[in-house]
Amino acid sequence: MIVADKKPVEEIIDYVTDCKNILVLGCNECVTVCEAGGKKEVEVLASTLRMCFLNQGTEVSIDEITLERQCDHEYLEEIRDVADRYDAIISLACGVGVQFMAEKYHSVPIYPGVNTCFLGATEKRGLWTERCQACGNCMLAITGGICPVSRCAKRILNGPCGGSSNGKCEINKDLDCAWQLIIDRLKALDRLEDYEKICSIKDWSTDRAGGPRKVVREDVQS
Amino acid sequence: MRLQYPANVKIIRLPCTGKIDLIHILRAFEKGADGVYVVGCLEGGCHYIGGNLRARKRVEQARKILDLTGIGGERVQMYNLSASDGPLFVQYAIEMNEKILELGPNPIKLKKDAAA
Ligand code: SF4
Ligand code: SF4
Repeated sequence: MIVADKKPVEEIIDYVTDCKNILVLGCNECVTVCEAGGKKEVEVLASTLRMCFLNQGTEVSIDEITLERQCDHEYLEEIRDVADRYDAIISLACGVGVQFMAEKYHSVPIYPGVNTCFLGATEKRGLWTERCQACGNCMLAITGGICPVSRCAKRILNGPCGGSSNGKCEINKDLDCAWQLIIDRLKALDRLEDYEKICSIKDWSTDRAGGPRKVVREDVQS
Repeated sequence: MRLQYPANVKIIRLPCTGKIDLIHILRAFEKGADGVYVVGCLEGGCHYIGGNLRARKRVEQARKILDLTGIGGERVQMYNLSASDGPLFVQYAIEMNEKILELGPNPIKLKKDAAA
């Protein structure tokens, strides 16, 4: 999923400091799971803003809505009739949702309420870690299901660098060396011969190096 | 025991302090409460294992938000006691009541009243 983290409330207050009608808009998907932008976080942010404004003696109306998703037209359409009642919308969706909102609704500024961080997994509640950088050409088949693109600090593709020590990465002693993980996994799978295969230069044109990307699927288009 | 505790303490019963969510505490202040305290079982003694530890974290979260909003984080407090310790319950109620009386009313309540 897409992992996001909360933005400091002070930063959000700065965006909306002169507004009188604000909508805090949550998203029911990834940001709900990583506890940054779901219904609960919408409630807490809205309550915090309300108390801030009340304490400053300014009267501000703050509404709360949480959509199923903010990255699909049909869900964003649900606020079509109310969107222009606001002079600011704080979207707690990932950067995709914030942008899709901004593309759809031009009469009101959309502000991000979270910092979108990475594609990752919930290791346990309160701990999310990166697993994929959407390189567009997945090589997990030959690396024992462990991604060197996202998990090796240097993104190297043919075994560890010289800094790998005791299974940890040289940039941080708390970080597993991705290549140590890959070798251990291939060993356990009895497929160390995969490790011996030289991985040729990766085609990074499917990664961000090729500019903004798109997936076109005419077979499913209507 | 029929012990007396300050009359302006309003008790909200919960099956476990772990049921408390951050938003419950914030809403109380938004609606004008002058202080909120959470009384849980002793740490390590939770019937649901970690409910009171969760509550403590939520009280901490509320404290930060109340500081940020200018209402004052010291208005929210976590206490722990044994479920059978009535006298200590009263002592905490008195302590909290005195603290809140000293701090005065919730500032947003004053502003709301002034605006009305
Ligand atoms: S190889 Fe590419 S697509 Fe596959 S997990 Fe790693 S970054 Fe993601
Ligand atoms: S120590 Fe391992 S994870 Fe870190 S940069 Fe070197 S190969 Fe990559």
